[in-house]
Amino acid sequence: MTATLPGSPPQHPDDLAHQLEGSGDVADRSFRSLAYVAGGLVLVVLGLITWTMASRSSDALSHMGLDFFTTKRWSPPNRVYGILSFIWGTVYTSVIALTLAVPISLGIALYITQVAPLWLKRSMIYIIDLLAVVPSVVFGLWGVLVLSRHITGFYGWLSSTFDGWPVLGTIFGSNPQGRSFFTAGLILSVMITPIVVSLAREVIETTPQTEKEAALALGATRWEMIRGAIIPHSKGGLVGAVMLGLGRAMGETIAVALVIGSATGQITLNALAPGNSMPAVITAEWGEADTLKKSALIAMAMTLFVMTIVVNMIATTVVNRSMKKSRGGA
Amino acid sequence: MPVDTDSQQPHDVSPSTHSSDEVFQLKDLEVHYGKFRAVRDVNMVLRKHEITAFIGPSGCGKTTVLRCLNRMNDVIDSAKVGGQVLYHGVDLYGSSVSATEVRRRIGMVFQRPNPFPKSIYENVAFGPKVNGVRSKSELDGIVEESLKSAALWDEVKTRLKSSALGMSGGQQQRLCIARAIAVQPEVILMDEPCSALDPVATARIEDLMQGIKDRYTIVIVTHNMQQAGRVSDRTGFFTTEVNPDSDRRTGMLVEFDRTPVIFSSPRDKRTEAYVTGRFG
Amino acid sequence: MSLTVDLHGKRSWRMMKSHFMVGLMFLAFLVILVPLVAVIGTVVAKGAGIVFRDFPDWFTKSIPIRSRAKGPGMGPAIVGTVVITAAASLLAIPLGILGAVYLHEYGQQSKPARVIRFLANVMTGVPSIVMGLFIYVVFTLRFGLSGLGGALALACLMLPVVIRSTEEMLRLVPGHLREASYALGTRKGRTILTVVLPAALPGVVSGCLLAIARAAGETAPLLFTIGIVNSTNWNVFSGPNTSLSYQIFRNATDPRAGAQERGWGAAFTLVAITFLFTVLARVITARYQRRRG
Repeated sequence: MTATLPGSPPQHPDDLAHQLEGSGDVADRSFRSLAYVAGGLVLVVLGLITWTMASRSSDALSHMGLDFFTTKRWSPPNRVYGILSFIWGTVYTSVIALTLAVPISLGIALYITQVAPLWLKRSMIYIIDLLAVVPSVVFGLWGVLVLSRHITGFYGWLSSTFDGWPVLGTIFGSNPQGRSFFTAGLILSVMITPIVVSLAREVIETTPQTEKEAALALGATRWEMIRGAIIPHSKGGLVGAVMLGLGRAMGETIAVALVIGSATGQITLNALAPGNSMPAVITAEWGEADTLKKSALIAMAMTLFVMTIVVNMIATTVVNRSMKKSRGGA
Repeated sequence: MPVDTDSQQPHDVSPSTHSSDEVFQLKDLEVHYGKFRAVRDVNMVLRKHEITAFIGPSGCGKTTVLRCLNRMNDVIDSAKVGGQVLYHGVDLYGSSVSATEVRRRIGMVFQRPNPFPKSIYENVAFGPKVNGVRSKSELDGIVEESLKSAALWDEVKTRLKSSALGMSGGQQQRLCIARAIAVQPEVILMDEPCSALDPVATARIEDLMQGIKDRYTIVIVTHNMQQAGRVSDRTGFFTTEVNPDSDRRTGMLVEFDRTPVIFSSPRDKRTEAYVTGRFG
Repeated sequence: MSLTVDLHGKRSWRMMKSHFMVGLMFLAFLVILVPLVAVIGTVVAKGAGIVFRDFPDWFTKSIPIRSRAKGPGMGPAIVGTVVITAAASLLAIPLGILGAVYLHEYGQQSKPARVIRFLANVMTGVPSIVMGLFIYVVFTLRFGLSGLGGALALACLMLPVVIRSTEEMLRLVPGHLREASYALGTRKGRTILTVVLPAALPGVVSGCLLAIARAAGETAPLLFTIGIVNSTNWNVFSGPNTSLSYQIFRNATDPRAGAQERGWGAAFTLVAITFLFTVLARVITARYQRRRG
């Protein structure tokens, strides 16, 4: 065993110096290179996505010019591709989803972090996470075969109740459909809730214990402590969490494609009307598309990619900054 | 200049000579963390099969110096070492010297027991395996031998396969010593090895050090003066001085001598103040 | 005149408001339970019967070519989901773990590492349909429809998820374990492979299982890359394939009862698979936490 291990007796300095130089670094260095390559892969993939999508969408973009983004007429037989109504659909469904999901998610996150005893906290986290792994297509299946059929009665009630009201009368407009912006927004809100909850939890938990105790020691009630210590402390991070939810909602494809109603050219505030969103159109129309239309669909995907990336970058920056600030201050 | 004043071998520190029982020669060693100078002007000679203790108040750089002896400071990005650390005459910080080769020869035991979350057996066998020992019987032999050296064999021989995390703190620290011994180092560095242990466990580690002293050169950092007095042959006393330009403190070696000399008739006032308990 | 101090909570307006707000928070949780229970309940109610009525034909028989035909099976889609997800995992998990090793062990807080960490975060938000089209352009156009195309798209989606969860776990490995290994003369790469990764393993595995569960349920990336077949294709590398998610999507838009039945059956099968992986991940995490005390 002494043959393979450095034995105790000191050798002549020159021999020792030679031995201390070491050898067999190859495996170590190649492992390190491998790790570097794997890290760089993220850059490569994102770069390739941008490059390939941009080059593939150039046909449609040069054919349509700026009209591609600013007109709502989408008529492939006439080689006219205007995606404005789909951008509207993507934005509107996402906004509906956020409006519904944000209060629910923040409520759940606050309850889990500030109120629930440990056992309940754990089970609540499990249940919310379960929601996150239900595949999008299963939500879609349920949405199209169950929800959209049974919710028309409720939509009819909404529509007639708010008829004539300002704002709400427009949003819950006439001629409600089961497959509509609102149904899509409803399903999206369920799908983004777990993401917003888990990020909000992380952000809220960076509030230093001392600040919470300071509030409680002054005789604040639980809600006053939340309002006075937690919300001001984590406001920035919570905005970021909500924006990440927005990014997810905008990119969500299959569930929306199944329940949004596939109505082209719809730019309306009537949430109960059918519409269409960018990912839904790509999904539905890819099959029979010719070359120019494929290019138009890829250009639409590119638009979606840029929108979600921008939202995500802002959100990530906001969250990182808020977390760093609270860690630094702790 | 604080140098070894051992009367029997007064010429040891001259750079030209190199006698075979000198393991380390430290020459004008200094360490910076970024711009901050943590310790300066350390000169000493560490001898074979002796136990050398570094004592001093916290922040005096004793651990920093210890970590220079096996280049563990390399792990800290901002650390920069100046001066020379000669190991059998070879500069450990020479450009072609590999830190991993250095650490194979110079083992280390840390302040808190840090066994791997593996079985007792795997902890001890880890070093030999990394160094290329493949044969099961050879490994078995090394593990048994090392655990015996660390006075742990009888306590664990029936449960070698169970997790090291289930042991007591004292057992874990002896396991870490066994783990260091298993790669057959020439030197074992111990960084306050007993600071996390109770007095009984501490006594066992001290006994163990005496038991393996004839085979290894040991350097121990301790903030426990009694411990230094009990176990070491030589003692180096470090202290801190306040930098005039900032309020950060730089460590320095005050006195290095045979342990009885340090404790009974130190030459430096600061050493005397420290060992008599009036400072630190 | 009594001087006893009354420490009982008063039914003050402030307390009532606090209780009310906490009540609303719990209500939010109950609200989100409604769709969860409704979706899972419907899938089980409508799907389980389909799957077990035709046991084991559901798992072995080909998909009927005429969609109005009733009855089993879903064999090709189950095989497709399994082989495509497995291939995606084989690509994404090792690379993702290595990427996390780069970020946490080598790159640390250096500029390139910070950029990559940021972009990995951003990449988790790239819509799955964009990944599908991306792979269509760079792979499918050249090599044709195959399970591998779908696997590549899924791998691109999994990669940043695996990187993030693994880095999180590496962060939990205490630094003193690395030091202990270095002090024995172990090189950095060896230390990572034999000490750091084994110590982080349970967490890494559980993160990967969750990533697999998500990937198995993805549909959009497969739309453009795997095509469609009605018979089993075990070969990931060539020939069109199909998956449970794709079958659910197709049958959801089919008005015929037979097709919709198969859609519910496929949904039950897929949910069962994803939940299985999720629960497994949970069990591993719980064990690990208990062991660490």
